[in-house]
Amino acid sequence: MPVDYLYPEYEVIRNYDRCINCRVCERQCANEVHEFPENAGKMVCDSSKCVNCHRCVALCPTKALKIVKSDHTFKHNANWSGKAITEIYKQAGTGGVLLSSMGNPENYPIYFDKMLINASQVTNPSIDPLREPMETRTYLGSKPKEIRRDQDGRLINTLPPQIKLSMPIMFSAMSYGSISYNAHESLARAAQELGILYNTGEGGLHESLYKYGQNTIVQVASGRFGVHKEYLGSGAAIEIKMGQGAKPGIGGHLPGTKIGGDISRTRMIPEGSDAISPAPHHDIYSIEDLRQLVFSLKEATEYQKPVIVKIAAVHNVSAIASGIARSGADIIAIDGFRGGTGAAPTRIRDNVGIPIELALASVDSRLRSEGIRDNVSIIAAGSIRSSSDIVKAIALGADCIYIGTSALLALGCHLCRSCQTGKCNWGIATQREDLVKRLNPEIGTVRLVNLLTAWQHEIKEMMGGMGINSIESLRGNRSMLRGTGLNERELEILGIKHAGE
Amino acid sequence: MYELREGEFRNISGCAISGIFSRSGNRFSGRRIIDSMKVMHERSNGLGGGFAAYGIYPEYKEFYALHVFYDDTQARKDCESFIDAHFDIINLSRIPTRKTPAITDEPLIWRYFVAPLPTRLAESQLDEKEYTVRCVFAINTSIKGAYVVSGGKNMGVFKAVGYPEDVGEFYKLEEYEGYCFTAHGRYPTNTPGWWGGAHPFSLLDHSVVHNGEISSYDANRRAIEMYGYKCTLQTDTEVITYIIDFLHRRKGLSFKEVCSVMAAPFWSTIEAMPEDDRNELIYLRSTFSSQLITGPFSIIVGFEGGIMALNDRLKLRSMVVGEKDEMVYIASEEAAIRVIQNDLDRIRAPKGGECVMFTVDKGDE
Amino acid sequence: MKRVYVNEEWCLGCHLCEYYCAFAQTNENDIARALKDKVIKPGIRVEEHNGICFAVSCRHCEEPLCAKSCITGALTVVSGIVSVDTEKCIGCYTCILNCPYGAISPSEKGAILKCQLCSDNTHGSPACVKGCPNKAIVFEERGL
Repeated sequence: MPVDYLYPEYEVIRNYDRCINCRVCERQCANEVHEFPENAGKMVCDSSKCVNCHRCVALCPTKALKIVKSDHTFKHNANWSGKAITEIYKQAGTGGVLLSSMGNPENYPIYFDKMLINASQVTNPSIDPLREPMETRTYLGSKPKEIRRDQDGRLINTLPPQIKLSMPIMFSAMSYGSISYNAHESLARAAQELGILYNTGEGGLHESLYKYGQNTIVQVASGRFGVHKEYLGSGAAIEIKMGQGAKPGIGGHLPGTKIGGDISRTRMIPEGSDAISPAPHHDIYSIEDLRQLVFSLKEATEYQKPVIVKIAAVHNVSAIASGIARSGADIIAIDGFRGGTGAAPTRIRDNVGIPIELALASVDSRLRSEGIRDNVSIIAAGSIRSSSDIVKAIALGADCIYIGTSALLALGCHLCRSCQTGKCNWGIATQREDLVKRLNPEIGTVRLVNLLTAWQHEIKEMMGGMGINSIESLRGNRSMLRGTGLNERELEILGIKHAGE
Repeated sequence: MYELREGEFRNISGCAISGIFSRSGNRFSGRRIIDSMKVMHERSNGLGGGFAAYGIYPEYKEFYALHVFYDDTQARKDCESFIDAHFDIINLSRIPTRKTPAITDEPLIWRYFVAPLPTRLAESQLDEKEYTVRCVFAINTSIKGAYVVSGGKNMGVFKAVGYPEDVGEFYKLEEYEGYCFTAHGRYPTNTPGWWGGAHPFSLLDHSVVHNGEISSYDANRRAIEMYGYKCTLQTDTEVITYIIDFLHRRKGLSFKEVCSVMAAPFWSTIEAMPEDDRNELIYLRSTFSSQLITGPFSIIVGFEGGIMALNDRLKLRSMVVGEKDEMVYIASEEAAIRVIQNDLDRIRAPKGGECVMFTVDKGDE
Repeated sequence: MKRVYVNEEWCLGCHLCEYYCAFAQTNENDIARALKDKVIKPGIRVEEHNGICFAVSCRHCEEPLCAKSCITGALTVVSGIVSVDTEKCIGCYTCILNCPYGAISPSEKGAILKCQLCSDNTHGSPACVKGCPNKAIVFEERGL
């Protein structure tokens, strides 16, 4: 139908003065945008296939390419945006649910950008991290309920199992299947080198990555893919995934085309079959059921590993977190509505959930008011974009943060948000062998290590500025934050004052 | 015009502190601590000074001594009926003061020697100390115009708005004899002009004088409030006092362990320790991570039968310790010690995070 | 001695190494100006078959067959690098026939063309290595 024709959103612009017909763009585009017809004698392109991933732009040796937003437009309408119109055409043409990838890109408030960090002046010296120790080591887990001593009066170690981290940052759950083996290996190797943890996601753990177990969180999700005793025992912690910020309330679907040999083996499902994670865990319909799963997993691992419960930030997140803090879980991970995904229904990704900043502040306050904050550590997730976001999250009350999208960006992701096509030109969100090999884990590891080393330096600089030399003294230290342009209610929920107060 | 009171804003200040302690428990006059503080006049700005004195009420040593400020007689009536409902009042009187031009706007200052009412105590299912603490919190947070300055046994806090030496004169401190005195002169960056906001700050027999501005304040405050403490004054000293009470009285940590929580050794130092010590410190640091205090501070803690001093882990505030025979002197400046005892057996500046402690019974550090 | 090694596992077959090599030979400072409308003659070539690909360039053999077979003495080993003296080379191509790796090719100027690890141009170190987007070509010391 002609009505289904949509002019491309982006146009590939080639500077023919610079193009040397090397055809690297053609070879590197899995979407087959570029072509060199012999009779044309020059490169041509089909912008309608372009997803704006910049692979060709980045590899073009003569910098002859750029991608620009098309100026083709519908008649201006403040209500009916071009996006709204084209989505209707798509659905009228296909009858399908709209799919999207990565985090919510819509124009909701970003509270991190409306909070400012304090620094010392006069009354209290700032501390130079290059001259004085500046500590970012973090332990995650439940705190002991009581102090016990042996007959000589020495303290008995009653500390429940903990996660030890060199800095309060971990790589969040991204399954083998949703991302490539090479992406997983990069995350695992970087986590080991940095002294932090990465997270398997719900697709099990490839056997050749078991050696990174001390730096691995193994996830148990509603589909229970790849979950067995050895898997549970292989990691440093276990995460029960109850929800995901990008798609609260729904499960996951990895199409059969991505379930090849290794993934099928790792997930323990037949090759070519769809991997469908149910929306809820069908053995958890209430909080007491969660408690049973927490303790089943603890039994299976002899109470040696902390259990994390990950939830999406939804409206009554603090009440849910309060229940989880009493369920025997050691750590709660809260995933905000900007969190990424390999594929989610667009409407859900863009309209369900709440911002992590508000969810985090609200959960931290609630757990403190109920006197149970020591029962659990809190991990905040859902679009942590920089070291200053981390400092703000920790000052709001997080013990640690998860990064997913930021880590993928370090690996080369250009946020084209087309993961669901499985044709990731950067070798990340794909299982096509020729594409997967584009991500050399040796390079990926170095880039992840570089990113977090840089962030750690920046965190130390900001801490030093505040006169704080250990990260635990920043945790929940909300007087180090001030809001700008926030209304009273927002300030109250965040538990911070307005700038100038 | 309505004036902001301590507790309605975050008040940060620089300060002078001093402490004198007799390891043999001999009592001496409060005159010496006044003389010590006078030398450090420049470290205060006249907006707060005070003293904690131990061993001053031997005749009432079995009873909690409540020192209370009242804005007016109505507050006194309300408070006394509360005290009467919860305690046996053994003795009550105005605290003697002398008029001095340097000290003005004094509140009504009363002293009560009390014992918890056995029936109410049993009803509460609390131990005697916790019962008393809760009653003190109740007065300070719910009775308008009444403020309990101290409530320990055989000790008392004397504080006011003014320079410390004038405050000492005002309270006739030279007439008291004790085995331990600590003192504080304040240099606040705001001007609250409220007597309750002066220091020392105390809870039961623990009193704290503090010089510094802690950068971990809100992390410490929000954590300690979870355990039932209410930080009504928004001062560092208040939160430090509660942390010490929480760790020492409620969690049973020794003062040395309390120091390794509040001014924990760096992880690099901990890693280099013998295994037993290392494990213990890892345990303490991770269990009580919210009680780590960062930023500059020097504190002197008075308690029944002892004195403790501690600097922040980087030693960002000055503090020296001098000894002569059985006497111990601790002060922000060496001059404040030399002026009262120039002939010292030894004098030193403790390292950052080092627990300096003396007690009457053992007398050992 | 440091040599150029290729790792087939990471070669994407993008052929960028060929273009960076050709550019290096020109001593131009703009790659577009250097290679626009030119047929390139790189010293490194990507071989591809059945989805397998890797780049091939001179191995700089300890006992190079090319040098042994050279009838004019144009090919010699200079500090480990098999080098060609284009003044002496008469373009008989015996070396091309003898090289077991196919790493030598004719040049436009009549003489032969081969990789000299960018020691003969302004790049200093091999341009193919610097230009490889996936570390499939490395320049390192591995012994023999």
